[in-house]
Amino acid sequence: MRRLAGVGAGCAGASGRLRYFAAMNPSRKRTVRLVVALGAAVVLASALIYTSFSAASPALTPSQLLREAQPGRAYQLTGTVVKGSVHREGAVLDFAVADRTGSTAVALSYTGTVPDPFREGREVIVTVQKQGDRYVGEQNSLITKCPSKYKTAPPSENQNS
Amino acid sequence: MAGFGFACLVLALVVCAYGIWASLYGVRSGRMEYADSGRRSVYAFAGVISVAVLVLEIAFLGNDFAFNTVADTSSRTTPGLYKAAAIWSSQEGSLLVWAWLMSLWSSLALFLTRKRIRDVAAYATAIMLGFGAFFVFLMVAYANPFATTDPAPPEGVGLDPLLRFPTMMIHPPMLYSGYTLCTIPLAFGMGALLARRVDAEWIRAIRRFAFAAWLFLGAGIMLGALWSYSELGWGGYWGWDAVENAALLPWLTGTAFLHSLMIQEKRGMLKVWNVSLVLATGTLAIMGTFLVRSGILDSIHAFGGHTLGVPFVILIGALIGGSIYLVVSRREMLRSEHRLDSLLSRESMFLLNNLVLVGLVFVIIWGTYFPLISEALTGREASVGPPWFDRYTVPLALVLVLLSGIGPVIAWRRATLANARRNFLVPIACALLTLVLLLSGFPPGVTSKPLALAMFCCAAFAIASIGQEFFRGTRARRAMAAEPAPLALVALVRRNRRRYGGYIVHVGMAVLFIGVAASSSFQHTKELQLSPGQSARVGSYEVRYVRPTATLTPKFDTAHTGSTLSLGAVLEVTESRAPARHVATLEPSEGFYSSDEASQGSVGSLIGGQPVSHIAMNVGVTRNVWTAIEPDIETPALKRIVTVGDKTLPPEDGIVAVAYLAREYLKHPPPAEFNLLVSPLVMWIWVGGLIVVGGALIAIWPAPSAVRRRVAARSRARSVGGLARA
Repeated sequence: MRRLAGVGAGCAGASGRLRYFAAMNPSRKRTVRLVVALGAAVVLASALIYTSFSAASPALTPSQLLREAQPGRAYQLTGTVVKGSVHREGAVLDFAVADRTGSTAVALSYTGTVPDPFREGREVIVTVQKQGDRYVGEQNSLITKCPSKYKTAPPSENQNS
Repeated sequence: MAGFGFACLVLALVVCAYGIWASLYGVRSGRMEYADSGRRSVYAFAGVISVAVLVLEIAFLGNDFAFNTVADTSSRTTPGLYKAAAIWSSQEGSLLVWAWLMSLWSSLALFLTRKRIRDVAAYATAIMLGFGAFFVFLMVAYANPFATTDPAPPEGVGLDPLLRFPTMMIHPPMLYSGYTLCTIPLAFGMGALLARRVDAEWIRAIRRFAFAAWLFLGAGIMLGALWSYSELGWGGYWGWDAVENAALLPWLTGTAFLHSLMIQEKRGMLKVWNVSLVLATGTLAIMGTFLVRSGILDSIHAFGGHTLGVPFVILIGALIGGSIYLVVSRREMLRSEHRLDSLLSRESMFLLNNLVLVGLVFVIIWGTYFPLISEALTGREASVGPPWFDRYTVPLALVLVLLSGIGPVIAWRRATLANARRNFLVPIACALLTLVLLLSGFPPGVTSKPLALAMFCCAAFAIASIGQEFFRGTRARRAMAAEPAPLALVALVRRNRRRYGGYIVHVGMAVLFIGVAASSSFQHTKELQLSPGQSARVGSYEVRYVRPTATLTPKFDTAHTGSTLSLGAVLEVTESRAPARHVATLEPSEGFYSSDEASQGSVGSLIGGQPVSHIAMNVGVTRNVWTAIEPDIETPALKRIVTVGDKTLPPEDGIVAVAYLAREYLKHPPPAEFNLLVSPLVMWIWVGGLIVVGGALIAIWPAPSAVRRRVAARSRARSVGGLARA
């Protein structure tokens, strides 16, 4: 008991509440600790979950994008690169992305790293924003999927911005 | 041959079925000879699967393209080493390798425990054979590595050029070994719960396997990061991609387990925590294996719908459900022998360490599976990117590094102020000294990144704390044995491998985090177009594009990966401040490979395959200068050569046009896209990783026999005490 009080005094100074805590019986102290720890965990988890929904960018197909895109918001466009749509002018790469079914296509301009596997007919994921009536790809956000059924493909080739 | 291989798989299934029945019957009825038979069937399973692997490897090395797997991933021109390694680059082959490694480790685990914990081992045998049967069943029913086409194609597709690097050869086996080793503690943990024998014996039996799993998994993750950094064209080593995260998760719970296990051994606490961590690690390993093959997540590694998804979900559901049921129903036996006395104690620090690690696991699981979660909750699929992950994992990593300096040193049960002063004065002084040094502007620009600053100080604290431990231990030993300091140090480590090996691991992790903090916070990048003669300024270096390079045919391909054509540049790197000293000459290039698409024509098909960037890097102690090039092969002049060649040349002469293309590129080089990076302290990430591996090996290594007998006697006494209490 003496050592217990000593620790309480040593780390709390004259604070009455801490001395009260130090002098509590052990099982009550354990319950308090558990409640505090669980409470902190719940608060942190809620913060995490909340921010994930606001920080996430929705993944859309070209047809969904054309229907719902609002200017100024970033969207993840997924689809297939349309054959014959790839043109490079200097640092800007223009190409169109179509639905898997091939029905609707979205044309966009992209600057930044182009992953090695990129070519017509491949599946890509690129973050885009609507600017006026054009779509602009976010720099270095282009990811190209490996074409075959299963290959140990490399991690994403976009840089951490 | 293919039929024989398939027959081996079917035989393996039969052996598994028998083994599961025999072990369970043996342990339930008390007739241990059946349990022994079950154990031997694991050896038989390993033998049969090994034969199957041998059959497939022979097919690869012998270019037998009747086998679909061989035709899909190998070719006559693939270099020999990559042919042998191609077995694990396909779905079917990788399942076979997984099952094979699983069988080997299971056999080893059962062989090493054949004289002890027979009842636990019997249940564990059934579970391990269950896993083996699951993977063999997947191959037999869905993804047969011995499927053939008749008639056999004359040539195979070849190994994806992105995989033709030495690091990529070791990375999958390491990772698979790590994943499969994680299932051994899971099997024994479940076995212990099923047999109602939850004393420390089963933990002692599998402790080395848990450590080995952790080691292999960690090495696999590091190799993946190294491959990404030194072979891919984006200059990063970690992207929070789904597959990277999937391997990290069981590693984190494994780390937590290795720590809380010490608490259980010393003070009989955290038993529920321990057994839950073991079960979680194994389950996360299976989930990681499943993630890559299932297509449930839209990452670069996921490919559309896959029939393997459903069986895996069933298995994971069974694992999670079974684990929860077992732990809850046996919770009375898992009562702690002692209670937490004080928040300022070693037990408490270890518990906090576990909580932080589990917190990290939660963050990463949430972020990785978020597309599924958001689709389920909101109907709309969305994903979070690296900035979100970094925001939550960096502070947690800071706490971990700090704890790694506090934990080994703080007293058990309750730390007193005098105690704290004695142990933490020097480390805190070192941390403050580091802070002052960094704040005073050396090196420049550090104060703009407070998180990196915090990490440097925490790492300094941890390293100083461990250094103090080594110093005190050596000093005590010298006083005892009057040995010179180096010998005393060696003897100290030899006699207490677990402790000092663990300390070395902590130092390695601190060094690794220093490298990560520096290279991610203080990187200089430049992405721009350069023509020959132009130069660019990156960080404190000047990079000049001297002249273009073009090499033809695999014979001259310096990367030895079999590209037809390689276009690149010679770059000169000099310091930008006077005197402009020459730092390095770098030659990044892009390799163009043959493709299998028929539509491309005789010339186009020679260079129309997936191009691969070969980066060039100058490695230094304080920084790396990293360069990548994206040459423009589609200028009008070059395209004309290809089109004309396609029209006029027969396939066997296509290489002539490629030679013209190379000459034209050299004569009139178009501007090329360059990616230039100066990353500080990257080398220390790999050095830190090596230190971790070294420390882990020291910790796992069996102790000299006198110490071992003493330790064994002590733990036998504890387990008897444990049994009496259970």
